[in-house]
Amino acid sequence: MKTQIRLIGALSIALGLLVGCGERPPIDVQQIGYRGTGMEQNVNPRLREQLKAVNQVGGIQPPADASGPLAKDIYQNVQVLSDLSVGEFTRVMLSMTEWVAPEDQKNCTYCHNGENYADESKYQYKVARSMLKMTRDINTNWKSHVKQTGVTCHTCHRGGPVPQYVWYADPGSGRENAFVGTRAGQNSAVTGLGITTIGHSSLPYDPYSPFLLGDLNIRVEGPTALPTGNRRSIKQAEWTYSLMVHMSNSLGVNCTYCHNTRAWADWAQSTPQRTVAWHGIRMARGLNNQYLVPLTDVFPTNRKGPLGDVAKINCQTCHQGVYKPYFGESMAKAYPELQGVKAAPVDPNAAPAETAAPAEATAPAAAPAATPAVADKPKDSSKMAQRGGPTAIAALDAGTPGRL
Amino acid sequence: MVEYQNLFTRVQVTAPHYPGIPHEPRGIWVRGVKASANYWLGKVGDAQIGPFYLGSTGIASILCFIIAFEIVGLNMLASVNWNPLEFIRQLFWLALEPPAPQYGLRIPPLSDGGWHLMAGFFLTMSVLLWWVRTYNLARKLKMGTHTAWAFASAIFLFLVLGFIRPVLMGSWSEGVPFGIFAHLDWTAAFSLRYGNLLYNPFHALSIVFLYGSVLLFAMHAGTIMAVSRFGGEREVEQSLDRGTASERAALFWRWTMGFNATMESVHRWAWWFAVLCTLTGGIGILLTGTVVDNWYLWAVKHGVAPAYPTTFEPLPDPALTSGAAQ
Repeated sequence: MKTQIRLIGALSIALGLLVGCGERPPIDVQQIGYRGTGMEQNVNPRLREQLKAVNQVGGIQPPADASGPLAKDIYQNVQVLSDLSVGEFTRVMLSMTEWVAPEDQKNCTYCHNGENYADESKYQYKVARSMLKMTRDINTNWKSHVKQTGVTCHTCHRGGPVPQYVWYADPGSGRENAFVGTRAGQNSAVTGLGITTIGHSSLPYDPYSPFLLGDLNIRVEGPTALPTGNRRSIKQAEWTYSLMVHMSNSLGVNCTYCHNTRAWADWAQSTPQRTVAWHGIRMARGLNNQYLVPLTDVFPTNRKGPLGDVAKINCQTCHQGVYKPYFGESMAKAYPELQGVKAAPVDPNAAPAETAAPAEATAPAAAPAATPAVADKPKDSSKMAQRGGPTAIAALDAGTPGRL
Repeated sequence: MVEYQNLFTRVQVTAPHYPGIPHEPRGIWVRGVKASANYWLGKVGDAQIGPFYLGSTGIASILCFIIAFEIVGLNMLASVNWNPLEFIRQLFWLALEPPAPQYGLRIPPLSDGGWHLMAGFFLTMSVLLWWVRTYNLARKLKMGTHTAWAFASAIFLFLVLGFIRPVLMGSWSEGVPFGIFAHLDWTAAFSLRYGNLLYNPFHALSIVFLYGSVLLFAMHAGTIMAVSRFGGEREVEQSLDRGTASERAALFWRWTMGFNATMESVHRWAWWFAVLCTLTGGIGILLTGTVVDNWYLWAVKHGVAPAYPTTFEPLPDPALTSGAAQ
């Protein structure tokens, strides 16, 4: 009897520990590659249901009449959507109110001056204009990543003015130059912003600044069996690892979604998704530099991070835990207005379909606004260097003296 | 005798404390004579605690360890702004990082890896002094020095990780951080950087000896406990004068797998498995980065890694088709 009680006790403790892990079995396993290679995806069907519930497409306005006078001829100061009819233009404006304006301000005056709709005085107005350019840029020039699915404002915003998943430069622990207790940008359960770290690991907690704003080399593996001059350090591998875990978390996938984990670097063994992700990294980096950083002076202080930088995007901003935003359902298809400049009054070469060039190469032709291309790139590189961050590592790694 | 056939000792024999064999005292540190008994330790082993014999190397080793432990611990505590609650909450995440790569083998500032070097130095001294102690104490007791040399094998791996390999690579940054999750993340990053450590044959050997040690340990312990009702736990006597316990244990393994180790040889098996685990592991780490840069490609080159049919159409490296290599 006593033994039985003990056994039951031990079992309950073991069960409690399992439940404490947060994910109870069974987990579905999907084989995605040749048998025996471990190419499989683990999906928790219960968490998947929760994700499906929160990743619903936003409201879609009824289609608008594409004929009729152009909005730019009726309204003043129409710079980006100048190719749209009044009907289409109004449709986009109504949708933006629904997708972006905050819950208690679902009206035009969240962005517009009610007295004069052409007035640019509100910061929301300027930001919205830039974001419209960005949306069209993505749907036109980043098909390498968004394919035919495309994006709308809702892909990131989901009904609110600030997307739920954005990032700011991390202020660190405040001990970057202290005598003791420096962290080298890692080894913390929470970031300096109070956010849980990448995959609950002790890896570097801000992989965005070096990789999604700066262009630090992500590849650390050497291309040859024997040493031939690859001086990437283990520390730098930790930064790459951190970025990759961020991607895994953001997409709700295993490493094997893109990589054959026996040979991470080998493209011949990688899934086609890795190529899409490769373009995604460039897209996030390009958009951060081309659209978000230039808005630094536009945003009020309360919309900025502790170091005074604007909210920037990473993989999670759109994906929100799903391998394809909204599980692949395309909202943008219903919005030809957001697909880029409509007719062909402008340069017909502006939309090179499949071979999308990096963003800075082709700004939308209809938007000749003063968007500084790739402005002040690795903005906080000096800060990174101070705390021994990857910029410092990359810069000085190559010069490390003698090995063997 | 039957009462001893349990994980926990249910009968505790109290007797005058055993002071140990006479030996020639040397140096200023004389061995202790005081001993006491602990009921709860007696549940799992010998109830007698002491006498202790730290000696000069033992004292120095403990001092060095305390210094290293304090450097790591205080750096961790400082990294959460001296908040004891955060220290406990984040303990598994906190760490003392090695220097950044740009310092190479130069001495970095204390705040940027200098503390790591210092903690590493004192920890290494502590371990080496403790090794001297294990050797000396065995000699004083007129024992063989098997324990010391097995310990030396583990120290070899420790030195390779923290000292020999970083020196060969020309950078202290190659060392392992002092931290619970941090050293695990380091291990994963090490494998990622050097093209999958699972293709390192010395890593494979090390795993064989690691799991092999566990298997041998379980087989041996199981066998001895199973024949303890015939006096099988008196292993030394049994190896000199084989009794029914040895005969039955040997017969059991011959029935099971056609072969048996002897009462004596099973301990040589276990010793070598344990020693080879860290010895081969250390060689594997030593070769990584210094002699081999990408273990997967090395395995392909030498016909170790097989090719598998692809089930999807692989795409070329976009960095080669789209411009800058990133």
